[in-house]
Amino acid sequence: MSWIIRAGRAVWEFVVGDDPFTALGVVLALGATALIAGAGAAAWWVMPLAVVVLLGLSVRRAAR
Amino acid sequence: MSGQDVALAVSVFLACAVEAVEALTIVLAVGVTRRWRSALMGVGAATLVLAVIIAALGPALTALPINALRVVVGGLLLVFGLQWLRKAILRSAGLKALHDEDKAFASETDAARAAGRAGPGFDGYSFTIAFKGVLLEGLEVAFIVLTFGASQHNVGLAAVAAAVAVAVVVLAGVVVRAPLARVPENTLKFFVGVMLTSFGMFWGAEGAGASWPGGDAALLAIIPGVALASLGMVRWLRRAPAERAVGEPA
Repeated sequence: MSWIIRAGRAVWEFVVGDDPFTALGVVLALGATALIAGAGAAAWWVMPLAVVVLLGLSVRRAAR
Repeated sequence: MSGQDVALAVSVFLACAVEAVEALTIVLAVGVTRRWRSALMGVGAATLVLAVIIAALGPALTALPINALRVVVGGLLLVFGLQWLRKAILRSAGLKALHDEDKAFASETDAARAAGRAGPGFDGYSFTIAFKGVLLEGLEVAFIVLTFGASQHNVGLAAVAAAVAVAVVVLAGVVVRAPLARVPENTLKFFVGVMLTSFGMFWGAEGAGASWPGGDAALLAIIPGVALASLGMVRWLRRAPAERAVGEPA
């Protein structure tokens, strides 16, 4: 069992790294895109907006 | 070959070249200070593990429905790309130390000497350090090869681009016989971060059901857009300390 936990931690560390807020933001942005597109409206603008906001916040947190 | 295929090949080639330069430094350090044969065995073993990972996961990923695949791969690429880009922005702004291969080489050779003299025959230290170095740097490459390749349904092209990058770096290492300190690693990492983020955004939105204006041609606006936004952040970070200093009381 312990190796599964270790493997899970390694995968988390590898993919998410030291910034879980950005990962969560990406998931929320993809969800919002799916919801808006599902409602029949244009949703392409959500991801560019999310990327600029998430990157800006991530950089600001790291720079402090 | 489509425009997306070219972008895929260039992105994978550059990402792989950057990681290969870092792995080469580690292998050179243990090879020069201890035992080449054991270090190269470590490289071979790590390469085998990476090939098995790509061979096992590649077909499994490409078997997924295209929209599910693109939303998962797009999300992963975005998370990964934003990390590369954040570090590259901080380095360009002078807030994070630049990766220095000469320094990394000196540190690895010091550690290799401190581990004592290599005995006759197989050297476990050289094998382990080379294996770990190549495997860890290679995992990022395997991830990029799989995600880019699967989304384009062209894992073969991504794997070839990765193999060419490794061959070029190894050849350069053999010719120079020193760490490749002149490779503009930080610039390359900035570029790769922009590409990972751009493709992640493009595929993620498409997989989630959005349609980009202009279809695939939207990438021609997305990639420069991400690059410009990132350069703007570098500029903002460079100016921020000066503005803080001006605002501080005398």
